[in-house]
Amino acid sequence: MRGLSLNDVRVTFGDFVAVDAVSLDVAPGESFGIVGESGSGKSTVLRAICGLVPLARGSVSLTGAPGLPAPATQAFRRQVQMVFQDPYGSLHPRQTVDRMLAEPLAIHGFEQAEQRIEQALDDVGLGAGFRFRYPHQLSGGQRQRVAIARALILEPQVVLLDEPTSALDASVQAEVLNLLETLRRQKGLTFVMVSHDLAVVTHLCERLLVMQRGQMVEVVSAADLAAHRVSAEYTRSLMRASVGFQRA
Amino acid sequence: METRHGVTQPLLEVQDLRVTYPSRQGGLAEVVRGVSFSLGQERLGLVGESGSGKSQTGRAIMGLTAPGGRVQAERLTLGDVDLLRCSETERRQLRGRRMAMVLQDPKFSLNPVMSIGAQIVETLQRHQSVSSRHARERALDALAAVQIDNPRRVFDLYPHEVSGGMGQRAMIAMMLIAEPQLLIADEPTSALDVTVQLEVLSILDRLVAERGMGLIFISHDLRLVSSFCDRVLVMYAGRIVEEVAAADLAHARHPYTQGLLECLPRLGEPRHPLPTLDRRAEWAQ
Repeated sequence: MRGLSLNDVRVTFGDFVAVDAVSLDVAPGESFGIVGESGSGKSTVLRAICGLVPLARGSVSLTGAPGLPAPATQAFRRQVQMVFQDPYGSLHPRQTVDRMLAEPLAIHGFEQAEQRIEQALDDVGLGAGFRFRYPHQLSGGQRQRVAIARALILEPQVVLLDEPTSALDASVQAEVLNLLETLRRQKGLTFVMVSHDLAVVTHLCERLLVMQRGQMVEVVSAADLAAHRVSAEYTRSLMRASVGFQRA
Repeated sequence: METRHGVTQPLLEVQDLRVTYPSRQGGLAEVVRGVSFSLGQERLGLVGESGSGKSQTGRAIMGLTAPGGRVQAERLTLGDVDLLRCSETERRQLRGRRMAMVLQDPKFSLNPVMSIGAQIVETLQRHQSVSSRHARERALDALAAVQIDNPRRVFDLYPHEVSGGMGQRAMIAMMLIAEPQLLIADEPTSALDVTVQLEVLSILDRLVAERGMGLIFISHDLRLVSSFCDRVLVMYAGRIVEEVAAADLAHARHPYTQGLLECLPRLGEPRHPLPTLDRRAEWAQ
């Protein structure tokens, strides 16, 4: 199992500072959540981890063993995979499931592609019947399962989940959350999950980081959050909002 | 409920509404299959998952069913107007003036090449003959009514220059400016952040109460809807499977409604694995 360490990470887009001074340690096998509103920088942190945006300062590294690959290498990318928010946008509309799963295997030089594709589909509860379908022939939940299979087919150590269920119906969300939990247990994965939904994050994660305007607000454990033991006012306002509408 | 309405004739009556589209296989797909309800001056929630027909119901009432779709009903009336017999022109006069619709994402529902103020003025002048100057004042008032701090500044801004919450307030201001009796809000806060969501809802809540409008609130979010509405209609596969007073949601009887409530993760009440919904074929019958 591998963990992740972020040290003083800063990401800028031109003059705009999207993420500033984010430092955190995710233990091997831990499930860690990041919550915040739009523009808080939570997704940018994930993109910075896997190298989709350049770091203006600071560093990202894998932890848990000596001699682990450095960021921006192919070996690092194999071990750190990402699942995106919108399964309607993250799958290639003109490729079959088979082709989408074969591509990462080819890039990273895996053998026995045939077997691995079947296994990956099995793991996410889809089965071989889905192998030659196109995304438009799948429901939202099935698409997200394909996206999860695509991330897991490389046998990564760390999986980055960017709002993996927010585009899904509530009943499908429950199925995908259960699937993620099972896979994590079976394969000893480390999760970093971004979400705006406190209930979803506390369901899946042991600890979480609250972010606002690119800054860290606080790191709390899911148990403390559930028991309302939080110190920042901003976290409290997020918790109030998650209860629903209250007539004054 | 009667005391709340205080009116004998309901605002909107829908009886056996059906919406069909031609399907790719050459047949017909019925997406709304016999929906009936009536609405007074109240907040009615219409809840269901994607494909349940909730938005299609709202669009059929507005007369905005996509080309190719066919709307049938035994009865579809707004006050004394028979919506089934209206011509397109009459429908257009009703929209905005007597019924209005707020859509999910202001990024797509506002005109990107018109300033916010100009869009609101256009809506007003389409329905009432008022001078440009008066229309401008009314638009500024409408923006102030949705708690925009500096209406003069926002009036001249374009949709891309404002945040999602601000855009949705402008949208609500525009929909309410001609003082419709019926407002249909289709996922009005789903594209917004949780804290902004609540601000927009409380504005909507106040305006609906002050002006005595009827509101149909369409959403996938059962919890949110029940905290906001007076009663809730739960839709599944094009039909209403349950009607429940919002306060009684915890005692919902239909297994689909119960399942929807059960499968949500809850803060402070960990359940692993989460219960999932076991869809049964008879629900769709």
